[in-house]
Amino acid sequence: MSTKNAYMDTIGRKLAALAAGFLLTAGLAASTAALAGDKSKYEVDGRKSGYLYSNPETQAIEDDDFANGGMLWVEKGAELWKKVDGKAGKSCASCHGDAEKSMKGVYTVYPKYVKKLGKLENLEQRINRCRTEKMKAKPWKWDKDNLLAMATYIGYLSRGMPMNVKIDGPAAPFFEKGKEFFFKRRGQLDMSCKHCHIDNAGKHIRADLLSEGRGGGAFPAYRLKWQKVGSLHRRFKGCNKNIRAQPYKQGADEYVNLELFVKWRSRGLPVEVPAVRR
Amino acid sequence: MLTSPPAIKKQIFREGLLPMKKSAKAAIAGLTGLAGLALVVTAAQAKVIKDDGLTPYEVVGDVAIPKSLTGKPGDPARGRKLMANRKKGNCLACHKIKQMSDFLFHGEIGPELSDIATNMPDEEIRLRLVNPKFVNPDTIMPAFYKVEGLFRVKKKFRGKPILTAQEIEDIIAYMHTLKESE
Ligand code: HEC
Ligand code: HEC
Repeated sequence: MSTKNAYMDTIGRKLAALAAGFLLTAGLAASTAALAGDKSKYEVDGRKSGYLYSNPETQAIEDDDFANGGMLWVEKGAELWKKVDGKAGKSCASCHGDAEKSMKGVYTVYPKYVKKLGKLENLEQRINRCRTEKMKAKPWKWDKDNLLAMATYIGYLSRGMPMNVKIDGPAAPFFEKGKEFFFKRRGQLDMSCKHCHIDNAGKHIRADLLSEGRGGGAFPAYRLKWQKVGSLHRRFKGCNKNIRAQPYKQGADEYVNLELFVKWRSRGLPVEVPAVRR
Repeated sequence: MLTSPPAIKKQIFREGLLPMKKSAKAAIAGLTGLAGLALVVTAAQAKVIKDDGLTPYEVVGDVAIPKSLTGKPGDPARGRKLMANRKKGNCLACHKIKQMSDFLFHGEIGPELSDIATNMPDEEIRLRLVNPKFVNPDTIMPAFYKVEGLFRVKKKFRGKPILTAQEIEDIIAYMHTLKESE
């Protein structure tokens, strides 16, 4: 492809910039190796991760923790885990101890139904509820560094584990709403998610190769376009805006329901956080 | 992919059951003479579409809009630019057009359009641009001249079609030149 050279240039610059963060992430990278190597794990029962639709240069960055810019947020998340904050004088570690033990697998089951709230809650919202209820601290803002770092860190601790959200019982009506969202046409361009990610996955739309829009084990993902990690809800907003639809706010019930559907579509796929995408 | 009843109508036009180069109107007149195509005959009746604030237009047989939306001839040079412009037609997002290879990255979602003028009369192209859902209700291709019945349109774009009537005519004028044999 004729873009390759220009693209490689960007990657080259990116790699150089990240070399600085090399030493910083070395310690963590040793504990949970990237999923590199066997690519067959990115396909489960015919469901393919966005990884398999990424170009080889982008895959190579994800495969290498030293090159993966998202690792900086993992590192920061690990620091925040131990940091005391709020009027209760507690850190995450005060209640949950060693995150590598207590948080393993947690990412794979969110969003989940919370009886007390009478609706679904996703990982970012769970983190913030711990902050407000248990730590008496202020909630962190969506897609700002602290919340991104904690969500990325917790995602990272489930790396390689299969996505496994629950959609039955009290979660069922919310799952149905998420599914409805996915198939509903919207915006001036009048498209639904399925028009791009089911009907046309594997085809180019201008310069972009459409994936299956699963992304369930990938976010927060490091997007080269964003030059940082971003939430799945930020990705939803982007997809909505591209078709000139009014997006929702990150954390809106509509997006949390959609997240459950999207993560169910990713069932069995390995957690990749922080995945790298274009 | 094309399995809905309107798509079957398209097949009838495509597969030479009807003379391709005749105008859609003439073709539809021919249709009424064919036995066993009752569904098509019913659908072939004309209907006038009045979309909020837009110029009303007449759809014939769910396949064609015979009359120009503006009565003014289109400008093919402008049409070509509109087809590449990401904020306007952005047709290249989905269609490959060899005659537009000066623009990079042609999509592969819809059929190639490099020979469209040989295969499709202007009347049918006009309908495809105004609202392709007449032909395929499940299509990904946007309706470029439609404002009613849309959901959660971003404020900035509310009540406005993607293209104006004249822009549609400009694009048709350029599409009219797309023939591979010449
Ligand atoms: C006009 C086409 C289009 C529509 C409609 C669309 N998307 Fe996307 N989406 C893209 C493109 C292009 C990308 C980037 C490449 C890729 O991963 O497919 C993307 C990426 C994604 C990703 C990231 C996948 C990954 O693994 O990195 C998710 C998740 C996603 N979309 C979900 C959705 C949802 C949910 C909707 C509906 C609310 C939607 N998309 C509507 C074009 C679209
Ligand atoms: C998001 C994708 C998309 C965009 C943008 C798009 N199209 Fe299409 N187009 C399609 C698809 C898919 C088809 C196949 C039939 C169908 O599903 O309606 C199609 C069919 C057509 C056809 C009929 C071709 C045939 O041989 O049957 C014409 C003509 C056409 N498009 C012209 C255009 C023009 C001109 C533009 C821009 C103003 C445009 N399209 C923008 C996706 C698109």
